Amino acid sequence: MAIVTTQINPRSALFQANEAAMRKEVARLRELTAAIGRGGGDKARARHEGRGKLLVRDRIDHLLDEGSPFLELSALAAHEVYEDAVPAASIVTGIGRVSGVECVIVANDATVKGGTYYPLTVKKHLRAQEIARKHRLPCIYLVDSGGAFLPRQDEVFPDRDHFGRIFYNQATLSAEGIPQIAVVMGSCTAGGAYVPAMADESIIVKEQGTIFLGGPPLVKAATGESISAEALGGADVHAKLSGVADHYAENDAHALQLARACISRLNWQKRGRLAMQAPKPPRLDPAELYGIVGTDLKKPFDVREVIGRIVDDSDFDEFKRYYGDTLITGFAHIHGYPVGIVANNGVLFSESALKGAHFIELCAQRKIPLVFLQNITGFMVGSRYEHEGIAKHGAKLVTAVACARVPKFTVLIGGSFGAGNYGMCGRAFEPNLLFMWPNARISVMGGEQAAGVLAQVKREQHERDGREWSAEDEEAFKQPTRAQYEHQGHPYYASARLWDDGVIDPLQTRDVLGLSLAAAMNAEIEDTRFGVFRM
Amino acid sequence: MTAPRFDTLLVANRGEIACRVMRTARRMGLRTVAVYSDADANARHVREADEAIRIGPAAARESYLDVAAVVEAARRTGAGAIHPGYGFLSENGGFVEALDAAGIVFVGPPAAAIAAMGDKSAAKARMAKAGVPLVPGYHGSDQDDALLKAEADKIGYPVLLKASAGGGGKGMRVVESSDQFQAALDGCRRESQAAFNDDRMLIEKYLTQPRHVEVQVFCDSHGNGVYLFERDCSVQRRHQKVLEEAPAPGMTAALRREMGEAAVRAAKEIGYVGAGTVEFLLDADRSFFFMEMNTRLQVEHPVTEMITGQDLVEWQLRVAMGEPLPLAQEALTITGHSFEARLYAEDPAQDFLPATGRLERFALDLEGAGLDPCQVRLDSGVETGDTVSMHYDPMLAKLIVHGDDRDQALATLNRALAALDIQGVVTNRGFLQRLASHPAFKDCELDTRFIEKHEASLFAPRHYTTEAYAGAALIGLHQLARECESDSPWDRHDGFRLNAPHTIRIALSDPGLAQHQAQDTAGVVVEGRREQGTDTDWQLTIGNETLSARLERLAGDAVAVTLNGHRRRLQARLVDNSLVVMADPRGETRLFWRRIDAIDHGHHEAESTLTAPMHGTVVALLVEPGQKVEKGMPLMVMEAMKMEHTLTAPADGQVAAFHFNAGDTVGQGDVLLEFTPEE
Repeated sequence: MAIVTTQINPRSALFQANEAAMRKEVARLRELTAAIGRGGGDKARARHEGRGKLLVRDRIDHLLDEGSPFLELSALAAHEVYEDAVPAASIVTGIGRVSGVECVIVANDATVKGGTYYPLTVKKHLRAQEIARKHRLPCIYLVDSGGAFLPRQDEVFPDRDHFGRIFYNQATLSAEGIPQIAVVMGSCTAGGAYVPAMADESIIVKEQGTIFLGGPPLVKAATGESISAEALGGADVHAKLSGVADHYAENDAHALQLARACISRLNWQKRGRLAMQAPKPPRLDPAELYGIVGTDLKKPFDVREVIGRIVDDSDFDEFKRYYGDTLITGFAHIHGYPVGIVANNGVLFSESALKGAHFIELCAQRKIPLVFLQNITGFMVGSRYEHEGIAKHGAKLVTAVACARVPKFTVLIGGSFGAGNYGMCGRAFEPNLLFMWPNARISVMGGEQAAGVLAQVKREQHERDGREWSAEDEEAFKQPTRAQYEHQGHPYYASARLWDDGVIDPLQTRDVLGLSLAAAMNAEIEDTRFGVFRM
Repeated sequence: MTAPRFDTLLVANRGEIACRVMRTARRMGLRTVAVYSDADANARHVREADEAIRIGPAAARESYLDVAAVVEAARRTGAGAIHPGYGFLSENGGFVEALDAAGIVFVGPPAAAIAAMGDKSAAKARMAKAGVPLVPGYHGSDQDDALLKAEADKIGYPVLLKASAGGGGKGMRVVESSDQFQAALDGCRRESQAAFNDDRMLIEKYLTQPRHVEVQVFCDSHGNGVYLFERDCSVQRRHQKVLEEAPAPGMTAALRREMGEAAVRAAKEIGYVGAGTVEFLLDADRSFFFMEMNTRLQVEHPVTEMITGQDLVEWQLRVAMGEPLPLAQEALTITGHSFEARLYAEDPAQDFLPATGRLERFALDLEGAGLDPCQVRLDSGVETGDTVSMHYDPMLAKLIVHGDDRDQALATLNRALAALDIQGVVTNRGFLQRLASHPAFKDCELDTRFIEKHEASLFAPRHYTTEAYAGAALIGLHQLARECESDSPWDRHDGFRLNAPHTIRIALSDPGLAQHQAQDTAGVVVEGRREQGTDTDWQLTIGNETLSARLERLAGDAVAVTLNGHRRRLQARLVDNSLVVMADPRGETRLFWRRIDAIDHGHHEAESTLTAPMHGTVVALLVEPGQKVEKGMPLMVMEAMKMEHTLTAPADGQVAAFHFNAGDTVGQGDVLLEFTPEE
């Protein structure tokens, strides 16, 4: 037992200010999430329901086991990216429990632009499939989409990670034994027709679902044949004539029940094996996270205070506590699952990097999942550090992070800047899931540092040319850079572009990690083979 | 008569009465012997007996009614006496004679007394002679149809037709008018013949406001006779008693004495020995008429025990041993009031269809319900784990309560009924609760047609309150969580949602409503939201109403539900995997929990066209276009691959047109006919 002791004072002005600031951020996040949850707006929703169809989130509720959790992914996708509002990128994805099996759910929202695929819709769909592959989770596609968003066809159709990749994934996921279930609840036109056609099992809803390579207008133009959508590719056609669909549903609710039945017949077994403990809530009050962390990245906090409010019983068994202490490593449990935690507590030095690499090796050897809590300005700079080889020591950490084949989960709880992002399992290092807190920021370096670097270059130019550069001019020069970095480093900006899997309320971190770990246990934990560590 | 001492008692019965008789016998130091059929090899009465003997297969005729087998069992075990309980051989004169011949004591009246009362017509004649008042009627031996009808016409309708040899409601019918008489007579005779091998009938005036009041009498072999007061058994369903009480409400001391003395007179008239019950109809004007005498211990004897403090089985055994009656009339008094409710394995919603199955749980937690064990008695023939078979009477147990007065006893009865925990087998418990809590019953508006009169309210679909649905939804959630004994956070049923309140949705419907309306009633969807960090506090939305709700798990099945600040303790359990039951001291709520996988979406739509399943020839058209047909009716025959294939109507409706005639060749997928389903 190594119970984290707390040093915080909830009555301090700093705590109170932090608390208030974070509470505001979380409230904003929840408001935005709620607004996005309303999809294409009241009119579109009423029209959709008027057709006897369930709204996308209601469909998911019907699909899930009663009262079970739903871990929605990237709800902020496409937020303020396109000229048009495309809430959730017109597709809801997430992990949910269906007939006792954790599944990836991919559901088009036809109330948003007819469920058409914007570039970020494609990215989000592919990301969900990637998560399914990594966690070995069955996929359920609730299809109700007009297909590719034609005005942006160049960003949607041709490239490797564009529309076609959806079907490539379906084929290869199925090949890996990951079930692919499609429920056709609206149109499945052109490429979209391949979602049910490529599925292991497909369900179609009477008088709602249609599947065809070319819709009635295209048929008319191409062959002159005049035919209704239902007669061309409705439920009767596909369940009785073509065999493109396997199950015939009377309505949305029935279709979702059939999908549940499909999952119940998978003979599914989780393959991950971990030595579990009975879950215990943290001893320290998680509600204090807001006051500890706050929203001002310049105000440091002891990351142990955060860990103690996330892990079971606040029991955190530190590894190398007194060595390289700007990186905290140690063992704990989350919802009963053993984890190795790697968390920043300051700038990375050589020792911290070596310690991190060592700890990751331990976890990979023992097949213990890793949780990275990022709050990192980067590696230490300066001659002393360069000379002692901080680059190669940092490289060891990056190698260890990249190669470790245990499930990895990353939460950005503060800054994520520069190479620190790499050493702490940023997006490029394929953590199973990556989440951000609303106070976090992500960019190649801090806005202030970037402005400073650019100003330094500019100042040297001025000095070469022998011109004056006043402090006011310099400040005016720096301001747009700072603003740009603040804007682009914001979690909403990041999440809108799928640089993460979602922005989360810090208070939900423990549950999100628990759900993620449990989902990851569908897959076997593989053996790790590390690359060459430069010594 | 010499005192026939015995130290071993065989109980020729099963179920609760066998257990109850053996309980007293054991207390009196007697060795107990049970008998059992194959169906009862593991029954409670067998487990509780010192010894038990198999007497035959499951059918009662070949076991519990087999005189030779029972006598043989007594011989094998050295039983000196046999207690017959009620039913089975309890009023079988031939059995008593067989015991007399074998030198075994029969705990009951002499064969002659049984015979005297067994023939109802003869009994009435003797009663009339002894000055016991009789209902106008015909009890003659001339059984000519026309004569019986003439007698019925003379008495005036409605009349009650009754098998002379009958009992227990078999071969018994109310005839409302002259033109219904013959059909009723035929039906009664058939039933009587089947049940008693005797089709003689008697006819009585059918009283319109009668109460069933019966007097418990006791006689010894020394010529003493007493009455242990009366019981009111007016609440009956098809002449089967459901709720009984003692004393009868509204009795005066004078009437009690008058009826009691008439009953003792009736018993003495036939030389009665032991426990007997004289049944009277008591009319609104306090006139009473002899109906019949039951020459055995009655099912409902415990209510008499509760108000007199006497053990009637002990009395029976003492009298059988030749002792005088333990108490004289003057020493007998009434203390308080008692009720008995008969718990049956039957489904009131399905016309009281007997139910079978395994009792997953059968318990009465008096302490948990805050009930005084001195005031509540459960005479049961079953325990948790027992199987209820189809072979015998479906009565599981009797719940008997005592109170200082009627209101107090009735309140206790209601609480005890609610506290009964029965799972696995459908019972009439809810029906008993509705009866016992019925205002008219509370107000003593008693009459043998109580159930028919109040049918509307006793069987009416209940309309549960928003609170009931809210509570049930939370309990449903709680049950879901209990079902998953897993540490995985995915198996928590807390409705986790990211950056939003936790959300749940539970669909419930009332099984009573489902019975009365369409099968798939809309039900009620309860939506719940709760904030992170509060484990138990929900905002529940039901229709337009929102309530704050909290659920606490208490020990066992108990939970506490707080709705808008009102905390209630409830017993909650899941029955048959789809029912949430909450019981509080005042009653229960049963809600069907519409699990998503259990909803029937109905399937196949009626086809408007019928197509040829394969290439072939039309053989025949079987209906005319426009002719109304029922679903499944053959419409057309075609031959293909040397096999005849019949096309049937996919629904009720009509054929609008045939597209082919007999002899035509059809291709696969050809539309053969146009079908119009009925709207």
